[in-house]
Amino acid sequence: MTTGKKHTGMRLTIKSRTDRLREVREFVSARARDAGFGDDVVDAITLCCDEACTNVIMHSYANAPDREIGIRIIPRDREIEIIGWNDGASFDPEAIKSPDMREYLSQYRRGGLGLHLIRSLMDKVFYTEGNGSRREVHLVKYHSSA
Amino acid sequence: MSTFKIEQRENNAINVLDLKGYLDAHTAPELEKMFQSLIDNNRFRIIVNCRDLTYISSAGLGVFMAYIEDVRKNRGDIKLSNMSAKVFNVFDLLGFPLLYEITTDEAEAVRKFQNPK
Repeated sequence: MTTGKKHTGMRLTIKSRTDRLREVREFVSARARDAGFGDDVVDAITLCCDEACTNVIMHSYANAPDREIGIRIIPRDREIEIIGWNDGASFDPEAIKSPDMREYLSQYRRGGLGLHLIRSLMDKVFYTEGNGSRREVHLVKYHSSA
Repeated sequence: MSTFKIEQRENNAINVLDLKGYLDAHTAPELEKMFQSLIDNNRFRIIVNCRDLTYISSAGLGVFMAYIEDVRKNRGDIKLSNMSAKVFNVFDLLGFPLLYEITTDEAEAVRKFQNPK
């Protein structure tokens, strides 16, 4: 099931609404597939982009539906880099520790798992600041050497 | 065009939710409403059949976390069945097999309700 849009470019800009997540997934999975990644890795990259966008919508933009989120994909010989940008509230992702899952689950906590998935599935994750109030997250996945 | 659907039925007096499609931050509230409705009607024995669940993100997993404690306090449970490898991988990455019974098929989940350890 698709949105009917064909994404051929390497950039996508969406409004900060959760009903746009499907478009993000379709865009990212198509580009990751074009870059030569197998199904499992395409799924992992797609999930991480969904999680990153969801975090921006819910936390950086506090669920405001009229802001923008941008995605840029850079395929390289040995890796793919996905840059997600937003102009929302800053936070220090390094200050958010991945939870100990046994303790997390034993307390029946919810929330905060998106970052844990991103860190588990991507090979490199780092943050930069762009022009003005722009904040960027970089998700990098290497092509397997096998 | 809906990307997520929940169908509800019963199997041996256990409530079964058949999830279909994509469970993400946009569609997770539908699952929340369904769980809340079951709990409001004192239905605490629940199997979530994931055979047609194509995708899940942490928002979806968060819904299970939100209701499991309530359900277990009332001597019920949420058991999950029929997951694809792709969906199971997400659960597994977050350690969910430590907390939830995830079975290969629905019949096994029913047996576990009928013969709890």
